[in-house]
Amino acid sequence: MMSPEVGHFALVLALALALVQSVVPIWGSRRGDTALMATASPVALGQFAFVTLSFVVLTYAYLVSDFSVENVFQNSHSTKPLIYKISGVWGNHEGSMVLWVVILTLFSALVAVFGRNLPLTLKANVLAVQGWITVAFLLFILKTSNPFARIIPAPMEGRDLNPLLQDVGLAIHPPLLYIGYVGFSMSFAFAVAALIDGKLDAAWARWVRPWTLVAWIFLTAGISMGSYWAYYELGWGGWWFWDPVENASLMPWLAGTALLHSAIVMEKREALKVWTVLLAILTFSLSLLGTFLVRSGVLTSVHAFAVDPERGVFILAILVVFIGGSLALYAWRAPTLKQGGLFAPVSREGALVLNNLFLTASCAAVFVGTLYPLALETLTGAKISVGPPFFNWTFGPLMVPLMLAMVFGPFLAWKRGDLAAVAQRLTLAFAAAILATLVTYAVTTGGPVLAPLFVGLAFYVIVGAILDVAERIQLFRAPAATSLARARGLPRAAWGAAVAHAGVGVMLLGIVGETAYKQETIVQMRPGESIAVAGYDITLQGLVPVEGPNYRDLVARLTVREGGVDAGMLEPAKRVYTARAMPTTEAALKTRGVSQLYVSPGDPGTDGSIALRFFYKPMVLLIWIGTLVMMFGGLLSLSDRRLRVGAPKPSARRVAATVQPAE
Amino acid sequence: MSTTSTPVLPRGGMTRKQRRMTLIGISLSVLGVAAGLVLYSLSGSITLFQSPTDIVEKNLQPGARMRLGGLVEAGSVRRGENMEVSFAVTDGRTSIAVAYRGILPDLFREGQGVITEGVLSGDRQFRADSVLARHDENYMPKEVADSLKRQGHWKPGDPAPNPNAARSSAPQSPARSP
Repeated sequence: MMSPEVGHFALVLALALALVQSVVPIWGSRRGDTALMATASPVALGQFAFVTLSFVVLTYAYLVSDFSVENVFQNSHSTKPLIYKISGVWGNHEGSMVLWVVILTLFSALVAVFGRNLPLTLKANVLAVQGWITVAFLLFILKTSNPFARIIPAPMEGRDLNPLLQDVGLAIHPPLLYIGYVGFSMSFAFAVAALIDGKLDAAWARWVRPWTLVAWIFLTAGISMGSYWAYYELGWGGWWFWDPVENASLMPWLAGTALLHSAIVMEKREALKVWTVLLAILTFSLSLLGTFLVRSGVLTSVHAFAVDPERGVFILAILVVFIGGSLALYAWRAPTLKQGGLFAPVSREGALVLNNLFLTASCAAVFVGTLYPLALETLTGAKISVGPPFFNWTFGPLMVPLMLAMVFGPFLAWKRGDLAAVAQRLTLAFAAAILATLVTYAVTTGGPVLAPLFVGLAFYVIVGAILDVAERIQLFRAPAATSLARARGLPRAAWGAAVAHAGVGVMLLGIVGETAYKQETIVQMRPGESIAVAGYDITLQGLVPVEGPNYRDLVARLTVREGGVDAGMLEPAKRVYTARAMPTTEAALKTRGVSQLYVSPGDPGTDGSIALRFFYKPMVLLIWIGTLVMMFGGLLSLSDRRLRVGAPKPSARRVAATVQPAE
Repeated sequence: MSTTSTPVLPRGGMTRKQRRMTLIGISLSVLGVAAGLVLYSLSGSITLFQSPTDIVEKNLQPGARMRLGGLVEAGSVRRGENMEVSFAVTDGRTSIAVAYRGILPDLFREGQGVITEGVLSGDRQFRADSVLARHDENYMPKEVADSLKRQGHWKPGDPAPNPNAARSSAPQSPARSP
C-alpha cells in the first residue's frame, strides 16, 4: 500500500485533476454555466488528497529508510534521528517541490471549502488560476524531479542529509517559507481572476487581504527562522548576509508588505486598484523567482544544492509563462478597471502610497543587487560579486524615510490630513527619540557616529506605535473605564497595525545593537588559558571528544565567570558527520537578557590549542523578537472580524455570528 | 484630464490634476533617489572574480581588490603562529601565494575549491581578508568550476575534482534496521 509507486501514481492523478481544474471552471465562468463552475471545488479537494497521499508515501519511505528510493538513499541514513528523517523529505530538491505543491493544493482546497461566500464566477476563476500553477509544478516534478525514482539493487545504507540541514531551525524553515511563497499565489490568483472578469471592487480587496496576511505571517516566520539558523548554525556569527537566496525571500516579503498596505487603501477608499493588482502579480512573481533562484543553481550560494540545467530551463519557462502572461493580461485588461477615490498628498492614503513607494523601491534595489551579477555574466562573461556594502547603502537609506513616515501614517485622516497637528500629537515619540539618542551617545564609547540616531529612530517607531493605540482609546484623557471599553471596541486590525509597527522598531533596535556595538575577538587558546570578553572571564578547560548518533564532536569545554561568579559552561564543538565525512562548526551561546555571548571554534592546532572566535552581541535577540512581534500583529489583524466575515453584506451581523474560519 | 473650465475642488487647495501631479512628482523623486543610490553603491561595492592565470595574464597591479578563486594546491597549506595561514591557490597553470589570518571555513581543504577575497600584495602574492569554501562537500564554487573548465582541468560531467570525495567512500555502517 505504501509502495513508492503509489506516491508516483498519485502525482499523475493529481496532474490529471489539475488539468481539469485549469480548463473546466473558467470555461463555465465564460459561458455562465453554473454546473461547470461548480466542478472546481471537488476537483481541488481531490488534487489535495492525491498530492498529500504522495507526500505521505514519500515520508513513509524516509521513516522506514527505504533506500531503494533514490531520493531517500541520497538524503537519509538509518541512524538519523526521527525528526531529521521527516525533515529530510523537504531537505532536498525533489521532496521540497512536492511540499510546494502540497501547500499549493492545500490553499486551493481551503478556497474550495471556506470560499462559500465568494461569488461563483470569482471562485471558479481563482481556482482555475490555481490549477494552472499546479499543472506547471506537477509537470516539473514528474518531468525533471521525480522523488520516487528507484535504484536497483537497493543500497544498504543512505548517504545522509547534508549535516547543515540537520537542525531543528532548518527542519521547519522550508515549510514556513513555502507557505509564505505559495500563499501569495492566492493574491495572484485573485488578481488574475479579477483581470479576466474585469471586476474589481472593495469586496475583492477584503477577500484578498486575509490570504495575503496569512502568506505574509508565514513568510516573516520563515525568513526570521532562516536568519536565526544562519546565525547559530553556520558559526560565522552573522544573521543576514545579503546572500542571493536570502534576498530571494526578502523580495516577495517587501512586495507582499506593500501589497498588504495598498489593499487597505483599496478596501477603504476604492483607490489604488490597478496598482494593487500589479503588486499582487509582482509579489507572486518574486515568489516564483525565489523558487527559481534557489532551485536552479544559477547562483552561487550556500543554499545551492541543486545544479541541473534541465531543471533550470524548465523553471525559467514557468517563470516566463506566468510572469510574462500575467503582466501581458494586466497590460491588456487593467485600463478597463475603473479608477476611484480622490485624496490629497497629505492623508492616510498618501502615507500608504509613500509606504508602497519606499517598499517597492527597496525591493527593486535588492533585485538589482541580486540579479546584476547574473545579467552581467550572461551578457559580457565578466564575473563580479555585489557585496553587503551595496545593500547597506541602498536598502538602509530607503528604510529610514519609510520608518519616519510609518509613525505618521496611522495618525493621518483619510482623504486629507493635517501634518502639523499629527506632529503635535507625536511630541512624546519625538521626545523619546531624542532622549534615547542622547542616552545612547552618553553611555556608549566607540561605535559608528550614526548608531545613536538609529537607536532614537527605533524608539520613535515604538513609542509612535504605542501613542497610536493610546490616542485611539483616549488613554489618560478619558476615565479608565471608558479607555478600557474603547480598547475592547478597537478593531483588531488597528491593534494589529500598531503591534506590527512596534515590532519593526524592536527589530531595528536589535539590528543597531548587533551591528554597531558588537565585540569580536579571535584567539588561539591552550587548555588552562583565559580571556576576558565583554565582562566575562572565559577559561578553556580542555578539548574533549564526544560521540553523537551520526557524528563525532571535538568539544571545547569553556567555563565562564562573570565578576568572579561562576556563570556556567560554553561547549562549542568541531563536528564531523561520519556518513559524509563532512565537518561543521557548532557554536555555543550564552544569553544575558536579550544579548548573547557567542563562541565558535576554528581548527585545533597540533600543540593542543584551538582557535576560538568570541562575539559579544548586545540586544541581538531583539532582531528575532521584533519579527515575532510583527507576526503577532499580523495574527491580530487576521483575527479582525471584518476579515473573517469576508465581504461586506447587508446581513453582515448575522454572518459574523456563525463561525467562519479565516479565508 | 483636460480642464478648460474652472476646477471645482477648492477643498485641499488642489485640483485633481494638481493632486495627481504631486503624487507623480513624489513617486518620481523617490525612484530617482533609489536609482541614484543603486548606481552610486554599485560603483563602489563590486568585486571582480579572477583566476590565478587572469592575474598574471592581465598583469594586474598590487593594491587591486578582487576575488581570487581556484583550487587549494595540495601540500601548500602552512599554519603559522597566531592563526596565520598561508596556502597557494592554483588553476593548474598558475598559482598565487595567499596569506590569511583567522579561522578557515569548515570545508577548506587541500585540493578543493576555494574563493578568497582581498588585495594583491605583490608579484603573485595575495593578502586575503576572507576565505569562502562552500557547504556541500562536493560542491565547487561556480566561478572556480568555470575557470577550471577554461584551463581544461575539469570537464562537466566529471565529479568535482575533490580528492576527499567523501561520497564515493560511504562507510559500510550497520545494516539497516527492519
